[in-house]
Amino acid sequence: MTRSSSAPAADTSALTYGDGNPPQTRTPGEHKHHTKAPAKLNAATINAALPVAFAKLHPRQMVHSPVMFVVLVGAAACTIICLFKPAVFGIVVTAWLWLTVLFGTLSEAIAEGRGKAQADSLRASRKGVMARVRLEDGSEKEIPGTDLKLNDLVICEAGDVIPSDGEIIEGLASVDESTITGESAPVIRESGGDRSSVTGGTKVLSDRILVRITAEPGATFIDRMIKLVEGAVRQKTPNEIALHVLLVSLTIVFLVVTMTLAPIASLAGATPSPIVLVALLVCLIPTTIGALVPAIGIAGMDRLVQHNVLATSGRAVETAGDITTLLLDKTGTITYGNRRAVGFYPAAGIGQDQLVTAARLSSLADETPEGRSIVELADHDSSNGSSNSTSLEGLSSTTPDLAIVEFTAMTRMSGLDLGGRRIRKGAAAAVERFVTEAGGTMPADVQQRVQEISAQGGTPLLVAEHTHDGDARVLGTVHLADVVKPGMRARFEELRKIGIRTVMITGDNPVTAKAIAAEAGVDDFLAEATPEDKMDVIRREQGEGRLVAMTGDGTNDAPALAAADVGVAMNSGTPAAKEAANMVDLDSDPTKLINIVGIGKQLLITRGALTTFSVANDVAKYFAIVPALFTAAFPGLGMLNIMGLATPASAILSAVIFNALIILALVPLALRGVKYRAVSATQALGRNLLLYGLGGLVAPFIGIKLLDLIISLIPGIG
Amino acid sequence: MVFSAASVITQIAVLLVALFLVHKPLGIYMDKVFTGSRSSKPERVFYRLAGVDAGTEQSWSVYLRSVLAFSAVSILVIFALQRLQGVLPGSNGLPGVDPWVAMNTAISFVTNTNWQTYAPEATVGIFVQMCLLAVQNFLSAAVGIVVAIALIRGIVRAGTDRLGNFWVDVTRASFRLLLPLAAVAAIALVIGGVVQNFWSTDVTNQAAGVSQVIPGGPVASQEAIKVLGTNGGGYFNANSAHPFENPNVFTSLFQVFLILLIPSALPYTYGRMVGDQCQGFTVAGVMGALWLASTALMAWAVASAQGTATTAAGGLGEGFEQRLGPAASSIFAASTTLTSTGAVNVAHDSLPPLAGGVAMLNMMLGEVAPGGTGSGLYGMLVLAIIAVFIAGLMVGRTPEFVGKKIGPREMKLAALYILVTPTLVLVFAGITALLPDAMANAPAGGPHQFSEMLYAFTSGANNNGSAFGGITSSGPYVSAALGVAMLLGRFLPIALVLALAGSLARQRKIPVSAGTVPTHGALFGSLLLSVTVIMTALSYFPALALGPLAEGLIQ
Repeated sequence: MTRSSSAPAADTSALTYGDGNPPQTRTPGEHKHHTKAPAKLNAATINAALPVAFAKLHPRQMVHSPVMFVVLVGAAACTIICLFKPAVFGIVVTAWLWLTVLFGTLSEAIAEGRGKAQADSLRASRKGVMARVRLEDGSEKEIPGTDLKLNDLVICEAGDVIPSDGEIIEGLASVDESTITGESAPVIRESGGDRSSVTGGTKVLSDRILVRITAEPGATFIDRMIKLVEGAVRQKTPNEIALHVLLVSLTIVFLVVTMTLAPIASLAGATPSPIVLVALLVCLIPTTIGALVPAIGIAGMDRLVQHNVLATSGRAVETAGDITTLLLDKTGTITYGNRRAVGFYPAAGIGQDQLVTAARLSSLADETPEGRSIVELADHDSSNGSSNSTSLEGLSSTTPDLAIVEFTAMTRMSGLDLGGRRIRKGAAAAVERFVTEAGGTMPADVQQRVQEISAQGGTPLLVAEHTHDGDARVLGTVHLADVVKPGMRARFEELRKIGIRTVMITGDNPVTAKAIAAEAGVDDFLAEATPEDKMDVIRREQGEGRLVAMTGDGTNDAPALAAADVGVAMNSGTPAAKEAANMVDLDSDPTKLINIVGIGKQLLITRGALTTFSVANDVAKYFAIVPALFTAAFPGLGMLNIMGLATPASAILSAVIFNALIILALVPLALRGVKYRAVSATQALGRNLLLYGLGGLVAPFIGIKLLDLIISLIPGIG
Repeated sequence: MVFSAASVITQIAVLLVALFLVHKPLGIYMDKVFTGSRSSKPERVFYRLAGVDAGTEQSWSVYLRSVLAFSAVSILVIFALQRLQGVLPGSNGLPGVDPWVAMNTAISFVTNTNWQTYAPEATVGIFVQMCLLAVQNFLSAAVGIVVAIALIRGIVRAGTDRLGNFWVDVTRASFRLLLPLAAVAAIALVIGGVVQNFWSTDVTNQAAGVSQVIPGGPVASQEAIKVLGTNGGGYFNANSAHPFENPNVFTSLFQVFLILLIPSALPYTYGRMVGDQCQGFTVAGVMGALWLASTALMAWAVASAQGTATTAAGGLGEGFEQRLGPAASSIFAASTTLTSTGAVNVAHDSLPPLAGGVAMLNMMLGEVAPGGTGSGLYGMLVLAIIAVFIAGLMVGRTPEFVGKKIGPREMKLAALYILVTPTLVLVFAGITALLPDAMANAPAGGPHQFSEMLYAFTSGANNNGSAFGGITSSGPYVSAALGVAMLLGRFLPIALVLALAGSLARQRKIPVSAGTVPTHGALFGSLLLSVTVIMTALSYFPALALGPLAEGLIQ
């Protein structure tokens, strides 16, 4: 058996160790190759969204968006006026008012459409699935998967699609979960432990399992996912409500402004026509943000789904943006799942090569991650110089009396017997006994090295040999340590910049924990942590007014997941953990929490940026419309026409068209989200104010002027 | 009259230095007044007589009910006693006041507006002046201050529904703060030449040998609290343009100083109470920047009108006091409209159109730079909440203001607050424009006619009290409409602010982190400034265009 020196493939590690730790092949920040790319915004998607956009014009739907509802009412009123008094200007303005409403619903339809394809394929995955239910008397019955009830027992064999969510109570199987995760490599699911849950719609590839159904009909994981990607389960989040309050009050202010303008202007004999007043109103109320709010929300959820995270509500996504404390499990999140060999230290008088070769030999048959890491490190070292890449097979062919010595709790050592030569590696005390019993001694420098490594939080392993001539000696020390994943330090630094504290949770003793905490650069750590300790940390942080996020997968994590403000369960975790959490990570990647925080923030920033942009736009619109309305009565007001717009009709029309087109122009930004960077709040505020505040002030002056240049060419208006 | 830029700059510099010197000690003193737990002996006697349990704090709704009850009783008493003036002593022989005027005056003084729809010397005697109107000058100012203090307590406190005791606060504001300051100010004004006597009339022999009767009275004492409490109700019809109220440039500047004194020191008190003076400095900085910009704009508008043909015709002379000059008048006009004072030393109606527009714009800002006593601070803090909400969204975090989350409820209250005055002003202006009889009260015609009406309702709804004098406001319609505007413009915002304070006090405090949007510093300050200006501009631009801009922009 030859072992490559690369890291083990994800599934085999899960298969081999079943240690509850997720596969560790990905470095944080690395992009996932199977991330579902969002549909491009092109003519096809717009065409597909158009019928939906028209359907959304129904007043019953529009009333949920008060700003756009006002536009709808205004457009309807103008239409009636045009029917009685048709005029080119009135008809064109009215048409653009309708387009304004339509662009709003279109943006929402496009956002929804992006999830639709995914929802359809999810639906297809369950279609016609039959379930083999085991009845109480032991007999089997076949029923449609959708008829399954809670606690039904279902048998699934190779080739079967698992009919609903459940927990394996018997057996082990490899399962293809690509329908939900997009990951084609199969994963292992088995009864007992933290990898017992299966999801409806996934496919058993081998073996046979007995599954107890844990989901109510219609409330399975896939059902939730379908609703989520379709944007069907959107309740307004607190921030969204607060924003609506602001938008509605702005709308009221502008309703008052335009409605009182008629009598006030009548004093000067310059009463604007109703169509012009509606046009002014629509230009002033925050239509840009009002139209795009639903699309921004749907796109935010969609971004989560693209990262393979399912949230139970939009609220959870928003809360993620507010998180101030992250509780991270050390193992699997901050460090690789297992301890790895990081150094060989030969005893006095022993050559480096001698130790490395012996350590490698002693670990060849050791399938534990620690053992394999020793072989890997030895191979890495030898590739830089010495050559001893013997494989176990090669060795057994040349050395017929090869015997593998397995690790036992008694001996606490493992190794190889090569004829009379016995090579062992193990805990310091065990190896010391092995050597002294054979007449050897424990060298003082090794003793010292062992203490040093322990003090650093590492695990020292000794390598010893008992040669043919009865000579027993310690060859040296192997340093096993937790290896902090590359890039974690920078990531925590980033989090600190945006005001998030990281707390590492570990079962290690405080000395080890402190060393790793310092290496990884977390702000705080909790050593020898029990589930109760986790709860205490969460309560303490929350008591101080902080918002806490954590990941977990085990059943004993469930209370803490429920107590945390954002609890992310690993998809590989137990149903109890998934039930308690408000998000499920389909990739079971604990570092995902960091991305989730970013997505939450991006959602808010996009809303804030477009709100600022929308309100700032009004200044230019006033400078277009007010002189257009009143220059005839008061020629001096022509000085306010700083854009030099051609005629009153062209000025008003330009403002209305700009107002409509800007919605369409900002759809891609709403869907993509404003770029989010990990910088301090002050920097982010300064940058976004400049871009969207000042930009929002200036952009419409340019846009309206350009439109006016074109429109003024139209006879009868220009 | 020569407009001197140097004179403007000198006066502004003197004012700013004087205010800078006193804002810290006064700010600290006000903090002590409202956070100290001990009552003085006379206060304890007073509480026992009034049946106030000084040890009990009130929830926001009880605090609000106390404000409303106190104000309602005040309005009724003032109304009734004005009506009974004829049978009361100290009437100077004047009869009971007309019911519409009495109603308007009662509301006006209780709401800290001091809109005067009457000529005081011809309408009210010494009793009404001293025992009703002067007392209200103290109390209405005190009410504004204590509401601001209650809001600060809401921000500072956590996990409680208690905001303090209105009766204790108002007693302390009156006796420990306003009374001593007013006493000192009155003496200073007397030294400056303001009259203070109890002679019902004063007979002056003019050079021509004709004798003239000029009413006197306890002017200096009333003048002091008129400006100190940002009230503005003058002893004489001419207000601070009257030589007995404001004899020279020095008293004029001193009055502006008194107008700005408490509003500009309150941010320091705020910074001290929240335990972060940067917060106070930022608020003060924004107020100061607005004040400076507006005063400069006013001076420019006055000066540029002087440069036109009107000067040649002596146009700028009309409405201005020769004694005071255009520089002092510009500064006074800007400060009186940026606060809720409304005292005038120049006829605002006679200001050049654009300068009149600046006066209106100042009030339309919501009188927050630095605003009325207390009301300026709470107005600015509400705007800061709107600003921090936008800022929070822009950095991707639920907004927090000084450790308190700005959720839907806080946002609702803040948004309603900024809705109140624009709605009142525009709706009343719109309705009035539809009533030819009502418009006839302002006979000017053209855009100036509308300006006079717009000014009246802006002044009323913002509780300013200054007026474009060309309008007749003693009739039933204008009296009543302004009365409603003053009442709603005062007490709706107070109700919303106290509800906001209650809502903030209930919350836990959130620790500050690098992810928190700082509500101090130049960046937040400029955002707050922009929000204030843009919100105002968006609400009033069309109305201003049809009034002062239509009149002032001549091609």
